[in-house]
Formats: sequence, structure tokens, C-alpha cells
Amino acid sequence: MFIIKGLSKTYPGGVTALEEINLEILEPQVVMVIGSSGAGKSTLIRCINRLIEPTTGSVQLNEVEITTLGKTGLRKARRRMGMIFQEYNLVDRLTVMENVLSGRLGYVSFLQAYRRKYGPEDISAAYELLDRVGLTENCNSRADALSGGQRQRVGIARALMQRPDLLLVDEPTASLDPKTSRQIMRLIVELASERGTPALINIHDVALARSFADRIIGLARGRVAFDGTAAEVSDQVLTEIYGEEDWSATIKNDGSDSSGDENLLSKIEKESSAG
Amino acid sequence: MSQTDFKQKYPQIWKRFTPAETLVRYIWYGGIVFIAVWSVSNLDIPWFYFLDAHVQAADLITRMIPPYWPFFLDIIQPLVETLHIATLGTVFTIFLAFPVAILSARNTTFNKTTWFIGRFILVTSRSVNTVVWGLLFVAIFGPGPVAGIFSVAARSIGFVGKLIAEAIEEIDVGAVEAIEATGASKLQILLIGVLPQVMPIILGTIIYRWDINIRESTVLGFVGAGGIGIVLYSSINLFAWHEVSVILVSIFGVVILSEYLSIKARARIT
Amino acid sequence: MSYPTTWQPPRFFTNPYVRYGVILGVLGYFLLSFLTLDADWQRTLKGIPRAIDIFQRMFPPNFSRWEILVRGVLESVQMALAASFFGMIIAIPVGICAANNLVPKPIYYIGRAFLGISRTFHSIIIAIFFVKIFGFGPLAGVLTLIVDSFSFIGKMVAEDIENMKPGKLEAIRATGASFPKLLIYAVLPPVLPRYIGVSIYRLDANIRHSTVVGIVGAGGIGQTLAASFSRYDYGFSLAILMTIVSLVFLGEFFSNWIRAKLR
Ligand SMILES: Nc1ncnc2c1ncn2[C@@H]1O[C@H](COP(=O)(O)OP(=O)(O)O)[C@@H](O)[C@H]1O
Ligand SMILES: [Mg+2]
Repeated sequence: MFIIKGLSKTYPGGVTALEEINLEILEPQVVMVIGSSGAGKSTLIRCINRLIEPTTGSVQLNEVEITTLGKTGLRKARRRMGMIFQEYNLVDRLTVMENVLSGRLGYVSFLQAYRRKYGPEDISAAYELLDRVGLTENCNSRADALSGGQRQRVGIARALMQRPDLLLVDEPTASLDPKTSRQIMRLIVELASERGTPALINIHDVALARSFADRIIGLARGRVAFDGTAAEVSDQVLTEIYGEEDWSATIKNDGSDSSGDENLLSKIEKESSAG
Repeated sequence: MSQTDFKQKYPQIWKRFTPAETLVRYIWYGGIVFIAVWSVSNLDIPWFYFLDAHVQAADLITRMIPPYWPFFLDIIQPLVETLHIATLGTVFTIFLAFPVAILSARNTTFNKTTWFIGRFILVTSRSVNTVVWGLLFVAIFGPGPVAGIFSVAARSIGFVGKLIAEAIEEIDVGAVEAIEATGASKLQILLIGVLPQVMPIILGTIIYRWDINIRESTVLGFVGAGGIGIVLYSSINLFAWHEVSVILVSIFGVVILSEYLSIKARARIT
Repeated sequence: MSYPTTWQPPRFFTNPYVRYGVILGVLGYFLLSFLTLDADWQRTLKGIPRAIDIFQRMFPPNFSRWEILVRGVLESVQMALAASFFGMIIAIPVGICAANNLVPKPIYYIGRAFLGISRTFHSIIIAIFFVKIFGFGPLAGVLTLIVDSFSFIGKMVAEDIENMKPGKLEAIRATGASFPKLLIYAVLPPVLPRYIGVSIYRLDANIRHSTVVGIVGAGGIGQTLAASFSRYDYGFSLAILMTIVSLVFLGEFFSNWIRAKLR
């Protein structure tokens, strides 16, 4: 399905952000990429849909080699990859609906985009997604009128509007408070598994990663330092990825994710979303 | 730290400037005065004109008062034409300034050549005054308001385009990247990602320029490009000062009114 | 459950009557303004071949009479320099008179009226009056540019003074300072940097404007340009236009450079 081979990126300044990355996602799973800041997480995600041009290596999505595509081919390939950003990256002065529908831009003409003429199946899909992320009421509000959590929900809906074969998610919760972070992360993970879409999610919060990931990849100085399940993330692994530190608290706190602490959180969530 | 070092670091007398700085400052002052004197003396100004200037001025003013009000009926049509020239010229600008701004903004232009073309259009448009554009367009289209409309548009493109280009260079690149990542085409990115972000600037600048253009259109007639300026020019040349004052008062009214409208309209844009 | 299949972006005018009324009004205005335009459409249509003809005659630009060109440019630059100098000086008293926290009301109104003149009347209108009083030539041009400059700089000065924190003025007034001392110690320091900045900007603007006042006979390169157009000497016109564009470009460059230096 999705295969990265020998991917490297050296920035014009001479910084090597990625070195010989190899990575395969062969089934619909949630893959979390952890690593300290500057490890190359964002660079990895952006090299996949070529918002940043990789220096060498190969990226294949459903047997299509992305790194060598021309302009039109790249646009076609980008339509198959939904991206979610840390800063939401909505067009502030457009309505929520327009932002969600912009996920279909790759499929409509310029004139249709100008007249906001999207197909009926696109519109009902947008309504369905807005319903799913809980923003039906806000569909005609301007994006800049929403709170951070709501804005990220619009960002998620926009990415899923593309009906992607792969979700690229760059620190989706870094600008949100802890509770909203969990809600947003749960939403992404649920939607990805509902639709059978593999997701590659950058995250710096190890606890959050461990509680939601099918698989965790540790990135350190542009190299893959760990690749395994959440349970396999040990003290030693974290030291390898982040450097020397006392990790006992981090591991203990979310090893017990499915028990009391989590129940309390979901209770609060239910209450707040009901209100 | 040695004694001399210490003295240099903490002098006993506090002065705002070191002697060298003071010298440089006086050289600047001297230079400025020298340039002013050189400029004035080279202009061959006939100073004796100043001797009776106040008489001339007083004479002019007494001839202008009282204004010959019935003349106002004759200038309604040229005044309306002045408004048309400004408005239609500004409307043309709307359609031309955004594309030129896209070429001139580093983050939206297509390549070096298109950037250079965009900048060239902006610089040329801005360095040539509306009235000078008027000379050119009167030569092309003959005298009349059509030349005026083109002159207004030709000058406004640079003004509006430059401000829009600056706004484009400061937009939130994140939103543009997100649109790009959906597989949108370059034109769609401009339409959905860029245009909404700079819309308030476009509207504000256009309205502001419309207000300036009203003022510009009042003098386009001096080169034959239509509007109230034609009447003003001929009244002055015929020494019809009672008419001149009527024209000046009406120009004053129109300009104040348009400025008021422009401020009101811009305050409503969010 | 099925979801709606249509969506309309929210309208600026929600009431359809108002919306179509506005659209009709705008279209009506354009139609009416075009129809009532006092234009000779036949002559206008000839414009395209004429434009081609003019451009053909413009190229190559004719720099053979470069002495006239240089003299005109020099005159324009000198007009701009002299006007900036005097404009800067006159702006100070006028700006002070137009600041309502510093002077009594009657003086304030007179100051404001002075500043208002060039904001409502285009400099070419002012120029033609100076031409009537002082005759053709650069003197009328310089005076026009002076009026332009002092009202522009003066307005900034007045606004800066009015935006000063009231406490500052009071504190210095409380020491028993005289009016000139008040100006030097309380008003000058906060106003000076922007005053210099605006004055330099104005020099640049004066260079641009000095190229047009000549069209009504007030000296400078504009006079040469207008003359070349009336003689259909388009090759020379283009040479002058190119010179003006580069002069304006240089002026802007110089003014940006100095302002960057002062910062
Ligand atoms: N545009 C760029 N130009 C040069 N260096 C960059 C650029 N973007 C990122 N880098 C460098 O690449 C490395 C990886 O950055 P990034 O991928 O943003 O890391 P992360 O997302 O894990 O924090 C860092 O050392 C960073 O300084
Ligand atoms: Mg990052």
C-alpha cells in the first residue's frame, strides 16, 4: 500500500533532516511518529506529498511512485492524500462549509470552484462529515469564528473529504489543551479506522501516542530509531529517541490507559459534548 | 583596567554626542542648507515678482467674490462626468490590479520573468502621474472622458497593485499549503487560498483609491481628458473669476463628500 | 438518514429584492454612465491604430536633444529640493498651530484650514493659480510644491502632537516653562523622528510631483514633456518618460536608503 525506501532530505542550508528512511504501511493502521523537535517529523510528512521536495529516495502509494511525478501527476497523487496540520491552516475568511468542500478542489474545475458548484454527492458527504465531527450547526459560520478544537475538526473534515488512501497528520494537537487534544486524537483515529484509511501521525506527546497508536515509529536525528507496538516502547527506547531522562512516570501513566483515568476523561468529554 | 582605559570608558563630562558625531551632524546641516541655496539660486527666480504678489493675489480674490452662482447649472454635467471618470477608471482597476499583484508577489508569481514583468508594470504605472498618462491617452483616443478613464486606470493599477502585492506577501502561507495539499491547481489555490485572505485589503484600497481618483479627475481636463477640469481651465484662461470660484466651491464639495463616503465604506469592511 | 445535496454560500444581501436591486443598480449605473459619456466614439475607435502608430513613432526613444532633457530634469530636482526644504520649515509653525492640545481654538481652526487646502485641491489647480500670479516658470512650481509639502508634513506634525500623552505636556508646563521651552523639551523629542522620516518621504513625493506641475507651465521636465506631446514628437516624449521613470525610481531608492540609515 504505502512504501518509503531510502528517503533522505538535505535542506539547501546543509541540514540533513532525513537520512535513509525506510517505512512500510501495508494495512490500514494508525502509525504515530514520535521524536524530539527537530528530529525530522514534519519533514518526513511533507516529503511524502512533496510540499517539500525530497533529495533522494522513493515514496510509493498504491504502486504509484510519487517522487518522480510531473505537475499533473503530483496533483492527482495529492488528491489521494489528506493532510491535517498543527495550526489547522483553514482559510479564515471562508465559511466552514467552503473549507470542508475545498477538500474536493482536485476534482472540480476553476469555474466550479469559483461558483462553489460542487457535486450533490460531495455536498452530502460534507454534511455527513460535519455531522460526524459535530459542526453541523456551524456550517455557515466563518472559520475564524471557531475555537481551536472546532477549527481542527474542520481541518479533519477537509482532509477526509478527499476520501484519501492515506492520512498525513502533523502534530494535530500541539496547539490544543490536553482534553481537547485527546478528543481530537480520538476523532482522527476513529475516523481512520471506520474508513479503513492508514494514518501517519506526527506527535510529540508520548503518552498520547501510546494510548492511540497501532504502531509507533521513533525518529531521532533524521533516522528511524524505533519501530514497534505501543507496548514495546520502553524506558530504553525512549532514551534512544529523546536522550537520557527519567521516563518511569511517562510509561506508567499511560500504560494504564484503558483503566480508570481514561474512563474519567471520557465521562468529562461526554458531559461537555452533551452540554 | 589601566587609568586611560578607565577614563575613556567613563568620561567625567557627559555629552550627548562625541565631537566626531557633532562634526558629522554639522556637516549634514551645512549640506542641507547648501543644497537648498544651490537649488533656489539655480532656478533663476525673478524675485521682483514677489514685490506685487500680494497685490495680485488680493486682486484675484476680490475678482472671485461674489461667485456667480447661476453658473453652477452649467457645470453639473462636467461634475457628473468627473465622477464617472473616477468611478469607471477605478472599476477597470479592480480587474487589472489583482492579476498584476499576483505576478508581483514573490510567493505567488510563476517565475523570475513573470515577477519582473509584474514589478515593471507596477513601477511604470506609479511613476507616471495620472495627468501625464492623460497626455498619452488623449494622443491615442482624442480629447474626452474616455482618455480620462484610461488615465485613471493606468495610474491606479500601480497604486492598488502594489498594496495588494504587499498583502499577498504577508498572507498565512499555512492555508495556501493546505489548499495545495488537496491537489488543487495553481489557479484554484489563488482563488480559494489567496483571494479571500486579501479581499479586505483589495476592497479597502480600491475605495481609498476611488476617493483619490475623484481628486485626480478634477484636473484631467487640463490636458483635455474630460471632466470639470476643462471648464476650470477655460474659465481661468478667460479671466472669468466669478465662474472660477463657483467651480472651486463645487470641487471642494464633491471632494469632501467622496472622502466622507470612502471613510464610511472602509470602516464597514472587516 | 440522508444529508442535503445542495448548499448555497451565505449571501451578502439576504433579501433577494435588495440583492437584485443592487445588481440592477450597479449595471444601470454603468450603462447610464457609458451612454451619457460625452465621448466621440468614432474617434475613440480610431484609438487602437493610433496607439500602434504612436508606439511605432516612440521607438526608438530619441535622446538627441539630451541637453534640454538634462536641463528639465535638473530643474525638476532643484524644484523638489528647494520645496522640500522650505516645506519642512513652514510645516513646523503650521503643524503646531493645527494641534488642538497646544494652541487656542481660533488659531487651531486657521491652522487646520491651511492644511486642508492641498488635501482638497489637486496640486495642478494650485499650480495654475501660482502661474497666474507669478507667471510661467519654476517659481510657480516651487511654490506649489511648498504648499503640498508643508500641508502634508504639517498634518503629520499636528497629529503627532495631538497623540502625545497629555501628562507629558502638563509635567513640563508645571515646571513653569515658557512656550518655546515647552516646544523644545516636551514636543520636539517625540515628534522629531517621524518628522524627519516624513520629510524624506516628501522629498521623494516632490520629485514625482515636480514632473507634472510643468503641464500647466510651472517649470521642470513636465513642461518639456507637455511640449513634446503637443508637437507630436513622440520619440522625444518616450525619452522624457523613461527619464522621469528612472528619476522617480532613483528618488524612491534614495529616500528608502536614507530612512533605513536613520533607523
Ligand atoms: N525550511 C527549512 N530549511 C532548512 N532547515 C530546515 C527547514 N525546515 C526544517 N529544517 C531543519 O530540519 C530539521 C528537521 O526539522 P522538522 O522536520 O521541522 O522537525 P520536527 O517536525 O521533528 O520538529 C531541523 O534541524 C530543522 O532545523
Ligand atoms: Mg514539526
